[in-house]
Amino acid sequence: MKINLAVSPGTTKDCKTGNWRVYYPLIDHEKCIACGTCARVCPEGCVFPVKDEKSKKIYFEKDLDYCKGCGICAEECLVKAITMELERR
Amino acid sequence: MTDKMLFNSLLNPGHSSCAGCGEILAMRHVLDAAGSNTIIVNATGCSEVTTSKFPTSSFKVPWIHANFENASAVAAGVWAALKTKRKILRGSSRFTSGLAPQDDKQKQAQDDKAGKINVMAWGGDGAFFDIGFGLLSGSWERGENILHVCFDNEAYMNTGVQASGATPFSANTTTTPPDTNSFGNELMKKDMIAIALAHRCVYAGTATIANVVDIENKVKKALTLAGPKYLQILVTCVPGWYTDAKDTIKIARLAQQTGVYPVVEFVNGELLDAVKCPVPRPKVEEYLKLQGRYKHLFKSDKGQVIIKKIQSMADENMEKYNLQ
Repeated sequence: MKINLAVSPGTTKDCKTGNWRVYYPLIDHEKCIACGTCARVCPEGCVFPVKDEKSKKIYFEKDLDYCKGCGICAEECLVKAITMELERR
Repeated sequence: MTDKMLFNSLLNPGHSSCAGCGEILAMRHVLDAAGSNTIIVNATGCSEVTTSKFPTSSFKVPWIHANFENASAVAAGVWAALKTKRKILRGSSRFTSGLAPQDDKQKQAQDDKAGKINVMAWGGDGAFFDIGFGLLSGSWERGENILHVCFDNEAYMNTGVQASGATPFSANTTTTPPDTNSFGNELMKKDMIAIALAHRCVYAGTATIANVVDIENKVKKALTLAGPKYLQILVTCVPGWYTDAKDTIKIARLAQQTGVYPVVEFVNGELLDAVKCPVPRPKVEEYLKLQGRYKHLFKSDKGQVIIKKIQSMADENMEKYNLQ
């Protein structure tokens, strides 16, 4: 009997863990200096840089599909551009 | 404007680790530093159960789950297989018949590829300090070219916070509860770096998740060396240390700055680098009071004596590694 136990790489992408969240991070794009600290300290790795086409400013944004709302990014942000807000569904 | 998730990391999100998990953060940085040309052998523990719920996997590299004790042994097998493959490609193996490609260029390309594959064995402190210690010791003794990465969260967090060999003095776990006459764990933490050095590991180092760039540099440096390697990373555990999710990085940083957890790096047995503590150095109380597992120390006068003892242990570390 052959049991196929191997699975495809990176397939947890389909599991959206965003609904675990109580507080969600709100990033102030004006304050953000795009240092990337939030992207480095995020346990999910769901923070990514965004370039605004109009003002050519680079800032960071989070993927709320995966964010578990731990608040490390808000705690570690050097310019305090991130605040944790209560999520209302 | 692009607001698409990039999925740049080799560890995809969607895993079931707790909010604010330090271990998964360390895993992501270790894997990204090692690159895609890596084979991971993972012992049982949080690192395995959160990332590989069947039929999914968070990893974008070849990854195999070993039992609690035998991650090092399975990694040894992987390493031996790669070594044999290179022998076959060079025609120096007795298994050579018909397996190697006839084209010389193709042969050379495959040989180079096999030579560049990093083999890593991952596990928690339970896997490397306690249960898998014998096989880890064997792997070091045989001098296999494997990087052992220990994610040290200082207890068996996956099964419900039982004390392990890595649990520090006076910490509260479910098997070492504090009482009127006891103050949590009575035993000291095992000094794995000293044990690794006694095995003549070419690389032995510690890191904390407070400095993720340091972790990446250490992994990259370790993978350039041939021989047995050991890297121990202090990772905060939110449910096991009874902390706030947002304090994950802060606690790890205080562990390094107070001297409780010295961040050192040994190459070929020589102390190459030790991260210095700031002046003035924070007291250990600052580190302890953020964690619920040390809450009992602040409730009585006897607890103050224990805190003084922890402070003196931190001072010893300062002198031992010359951290100031």
